[in-house]
Amino acid sequence: MTSILDTPSETGRFGDYGGIFVPEILVPAVEELLAAYREAQRDPAFQAELDQLLHTYVGRPTPLTFANRLTDELCGPRIYLKREDLCHTGAHKINNTIGQILLARRMGKTRIIAETGAGQHGVATATVCAKFGLECIVYMGAEDIERQNLNVLRMRLLGAEVRPATSGSQTLKDATNEAIRDWVTNVEDTFYIIGSVVGPHPYPMLVRDFHRVIGRETREQLQKAEGRGPDALVACVGGGSNAMGLFYPFLGDEGVAMYGVEAAGEGLDGRHAATLTLGSPGILHGAMSYLLQDEDGQIELAHSVSAGLDYPGVGPEHAFLKDVGRVTYVSATDDEALEGVKLLSRTEGIIPALETAHAIAYLPKLAKTMTPDQIVVLNCSGRGDKDMGTISRYI
Amino acid sequence: MESRITTRIRQTVAAGYKAMGIFITSGFPNPDVTLEILNAIDAGGADFIELGMPFSDPLAEGLPIQQSSERALAAGASMKTTMEAALRFRAGSDTPLLLMGYLNPVIRFGVSNFFQTAASCGVDGVILPDLPPSERPLVAGAAESAGVDVIQLIAPNTSDERIRLVDDVSSGFVYAVSITGLTGTGHGQSGAVNQYLRKARTLVTHNPLLVGFGISSHEDAMRLSEHTDGFIVGSAVIRKVDALYGDSSLTSAERAAALSRFVRDLKQGSSQA
Ligand SMILES: Cc1ncc(COP(=O)(O)O)c(C=O)c1O
Repeated sequence: MTSILDTPSETGRFGDYGGIFVPEILVPAVEELLAAYREAQRDPAFQAELDQLLHTYVGRPTPLTFANRLTDELCGPRIYLKREDLCHTGAHKINNTIGQILLARRMGKTRIIAETGAGQHGVATATVCAKFGLECIVYMGAEDIERQNLNVLRMRLLGAEVRPATSGSQTLKDATNEAIRDWVTNVEDTFYIIGSVVGPHPYPMLVRDFHRVIGRETREQLQKAEGRGPDALVACVGGGSNAMGLFYPFLGDEGVAMYGVEAAGEGLDGRHAATLTLGSPGILHGAMSYLLQDEDGQIELAHSVSAGLDYPGVGPEHAFLKDVGRVTYVSATDDEALEGVKLLSRTEGIIPALETAHAIAYLPKLAKTMTPDQIVVLNCSGRGDKDMGTISRYI
Repeated sequence: MESRITTRIRQTVAAGYKAMGIFITSGFPNPDVTLEILNAIDAGGADFIELGMPFSDPLAEGLPIQQSSERALAAGASMKTTMEAALRFRAGSDTPLLLMGYLNPVIRFGVSNFFQTAASCGVDGVILPDLPPSERPLVAGAAESAGVDVIQLIAPNTSDERIRLVDDVSSGFVYAVSITGLTGTGHGQSGAVNQYLRKARTLVTHNPLLVGFGISSHEDAMRLSEHTDGFIVGSAVIRKVDALYGDSSLTSAERAAALSRFVRDLKQGSSQA
């Protein structure tokens, strides 16, 4: 079996998951992308430019904040927050879009497409396109355009064209279908900046690699603050990019427990987006992974109050980490997530994104199983401004 | 042993014609009429039929096939109704029949079970657009032991080296996608298409070569199949079926006759109808 640190394989496999399940038209595109990425990895100038942009444009390193009042309130482990909400544009997503647009430029692509759910990846893509002067088209489910309107306005202001995906559930899954259809049609000049650790190889690998800075910084910062590493890591999982970014550098540290929190929506017996918790293996959007599907292999509609978690698939590396038991996947309902928003806002003065709030919602449960001498790091993947409309309807 | 699909294409070409494959989504507009549609297409002179297995997220399809898939599912189409239609069609015809669709429903059905069931329902081959040659091992063993062809595709941006690779692994025929684009899209500069197909003709040596995507008339078919053994029509058939079944003034016999005529015209041109 593949070691958890030695993934993916040459053929893009994480155990049985991953792979390149795309139409022949896209095979040259993913092969070209892999070659460009391998070349960039060997090019010190690429890494230097990426580091420079992450520092002077994104605002890295992001702080690691000790959540003292939340720690006191939960009476469990010492809680730290990795502040990806303080990245430029308000979420971790830009770590990845900066990396991918540098690849796009290297490959001479002039037209950028992306899919978005919450709009955070769309905004992060529109932002780097503005910064690099490239044309940007973002596909977004018609329903999400409605509920994340602030981000739609931001994207348009940044010069991107936002195209509604009107098929199916009109959410992230359908936006991804439309983006892939665009890619098939315009493959010669178009670069698809995918927004999470999903899609055909090499995307799950390269998106993870661009986000692992989160975990790497966390390790250093915690060492400085506490003189030791964490006992547990917690992150929300939609496609799973912020979670992979935090987890990946710690996968080899056996003492570090990891929890990925999925969206349980109305509850696990109702409409939900808990793909790893309740799904089964299958192929969607170019990779083998867990999926929400019916008996006949049709993709089921996900549901979450959080548009960024409202996806019936999940990154193949998470599927692998679940099966080998390295990461524990749990879930939080819409209601619990809204309580999570309130909890972090009230105790720490940080209004989290609804996605992030799912991770926070799991903390009270986790805290009960841990002791005050232990340390947990939660990935604060994004800020909640974009969700104020939704949040205010619930409070 | 040469498969029924390959044999049929070779015979058609030997008789001086281009082989014609007709695509129709199983269960569109509803599962009750799939058999009569298959029979009408057969009567119209299709050399083989591709029966689409509807999927909720058909990535490489343009609107006509996307919507046909959506409507079929809403009307109750499933892998079961598709297999049943194949079985009933096979009881009355020996025209080669292929299943075409995305991998997920196949995997859910169980790869081995899928190929065994398909074979026992008289299916001769499958086209799985999200299965490039590198992922073929997922199905190759099961397909081979069931005696079902797995057709691979090439596209205008496929390198010479990959065209040879596809020809090496494909069984049944090689499907040349005419455009870098979705099904149901028209053609721009036909000079480039012509050049690509002429090149493909020289590189594909083990299998028959058929062209598809964006063919909606006999003229399209003749122009595009100049360098191939035949052609495949999909979206145009979907549009025709949609129009015929949307017209409530027609009887089933009239619909069947009109569909057969449409298919015959695609092959022979309307003047000879
Ligand atoms: C703030 C925030 N966190 C998390 C996610 C979920 O994505 P992932 O699981 O890839 O981190 C999103 C997606 O939009 C997001 O905006």
